[in-house]
Amino acid sequence: MSGRATHRPTYRAARVGRPLVTLGGLLLAWWAVSRFAGIPAYLLPDPGSVAVALWTQRTLLAWSTLTTLTETVLGLLIGTALGGLCALAMVFSGRIRRWLMPMLLLSQAVPVFALAPLLVLWFGFGIASKVVMAVLVIFFPVAASFADGLARTETGWLELARTMGASPASLLLRVRLPAALPAFASGLRVATAVAPIGAVIGEWVGAASGLGYVMLNANARIQTDLMFAALLVLATMTVLLWTLVDRALRWLLYWVPDAQDDRHPA
Amino acid sequence: MNAVGQPRDHAAPPSLRLLGLSLRYDGRVLFADLSLTIEAGRFVVLLGPSGVGKSSLLRIAAGLAAPDSGRVEAGDGRPLSGRIAYMGQQDLLFPWASVIRNVTLGDRLRGARPDHERALSLLERVGLADRAAALPAELSGGMRQRVALARTLYEDRPFVLMDEPFSALDTVTRSRVQDLAAELLSGRTVLMITHDPLEACRLGDVLVVLAGSPATLGPPIAVPGAAPRPPDDPELLRTQGRLMRMLTG
Repeated sequence: MSGRATHRPTYRAARVGRPLVTLGGLLLAWWAVSRFAGIPAYLLPDPGSVAVALWTQRTLLAWSTLTTLTETVLGLLIGTALGGLCALAMVFSGRIRRWLMPMLLLSQAVPVFALAPLLVLWFGFGIASKVVMAVLVIFFPVAASFADGLARTETGWLELARTMGASPASLLLRVRLPAALPAFASGLRVATAVAPIGAVIGEWVGAASGLGYVMLNANARIQTDLMFAALLVLATMTVLLWTLVDRALRWLLYWVPDAQDDRHPA
Repeated sequence: MNAVGQPRDHAAPPSLRLLGLSLRYDGRVLFADLSLTIEAGRFVVLLGPSGVGKSSLLRIAAGLAAPDSGRVEAGDGRPLSGRIAYMGQQDLLFPWASVIRNVTLGDRLRGARPDHERALSLLERVGLADRAAALPAELSGGMRQRVALARTLYEDRPFVLMDEPFSALDTVTRSRVQDLAAELLSGRTVLMITHDPLEACRLGDVLVVLAGSPATLGPPIAVPGAAPRPPDDPELLRTQGRLMRMLTG
C-alpha cells in the first residue's frame, strides 16, 4: 500500500503528461507538414486556420455538438437498457436465448451503415433516426458482454448459494447479476466509444443539424478548416464522454480490482 | 454452554448417514454401494488420493450432486435440506460485499433479516470484528478463510461439510485456523476432506481413508484426545504414522 502511495504522484504526472506530449507532437507534425510539404490549404489546413474556424464558428459548432451529444446519449441509454434486458432474458430462459441469438447475429451481419438511408426514410431527418442508429451500434456489445458475464458466474458461488437455500430469483439478483457487472461495464465502455459513430453516420445520410451535418456541408463547400474543427470537437466529445462513463463505472464498481496497476506497471 | 459459535439448538445434533451410495463418472465406477455414518456431534475426516471421489461424495452429501443410487439421511429422520452448511476449497467470498455482508450472506439470499449482532460476535471469535466493513480484497488469505468460517458458522446448521477448507493457507496460518475451527465446530456433526494427515489428526475424532477403484472405505481410525490436538502429541504422532502407512500402502 505504501509503495503504491509513493508512486501515485509520478504516476498521475505520467498519466496527464503522456497524452499532452503526444498531442503536442502531433500538432507540431501537422503544422510542419501543412507549412513545408506544399499541400494546398483546401486539402490540409494548418492548425492555426483550424483554430480560427473553431473560434469564428463556435456558435454553430456548439449547437451541432449539442445535437450529436443528445443523439449519442439517448442512443446509449436506450441501447444499454435494451441490450441489458436482452441479455437478462437470454440467461433467464434457454428458449428465449435460442430465438434471440440468431436474430442478434443477423443484426450484426447487416452493416449498420447500409441501414442508415432506410432508417432516415423510416424515422425522418430529425433526431430519431440517429438515435436508432446509435442504438443499433451499441446494442450488440452491451448484450453480448453482459450475457457472457451472466453465463460465466463462478460455479462455487452458485453452489454455495444453493446450499444456503437461495431461490432462483435470489440467485439471479444477488449472485449472477453483481458477478456479471464487470463484464457489463466492459460492454458499456466499448458502446460509449462507438456510439458517436452511429449518430454521425445517421447525420451524414440526412440531417438538419449535428457535427456530421456540419462536416458534410463543410466538405461540399471545401471549408476544410471547418471540417477539421468539427472533427476535433467530435473527438473531444467522444473522449470526454468515455472518460465520464469510465469514471462513473469505476465508482459504481468500487470492488473490481483496479486495472490501472496492470495497465501502467511503470 | 451457550457461547457464540456453539449450536443454538440445545438438543444434540443428529448423526448423518450416507447409505449405499454409487456414482459413475465418465463411464468409470467411482464408488459402489458406499456407506458411512458420521455419529452425532462427531468430527469425521475423509482422506485419500486425488481423483478417488472424495469431493463427489461430499457434494452428494451436501445435495449439490445426485448419486446413481443410494441416499443421504439424518439420524433423526427429518429432511436434510436447510440443515447443512458447506465450506469449499476456496473461500468463495463475494468480492462486492463487505466482510459482514459476506457472513450474513445466507440470510440475505433467503430474504431473511440479517442478524448483525450475531455476525459481529462471530467475527469477533475469528478475530476480525474490526474488519467487518472491509472488502474481501483487502484481506489476506488467512483472514478470508476465517471470514468463510464465520459465514459457515453463521448458518448455524447441525451438519457441516468441508472440502479441504484450509489447503490454500500457509502452515502457520493453517494451524491457527484449525484451532479456531476445532473450537467453533465442536458439538456439530462434521465431515471434512483433507490431504493433510497432520490436519486430519489434529481435528478429527474419526479418520476414514477412501481408496481404490472403485473406491472403498478403510477401517475407521479413532483419534484419542480432544481436538485441537498439539502437533507434537505422542498419540497424534502415532495415529499420523498409522494413517501414513494406510495412505501410502
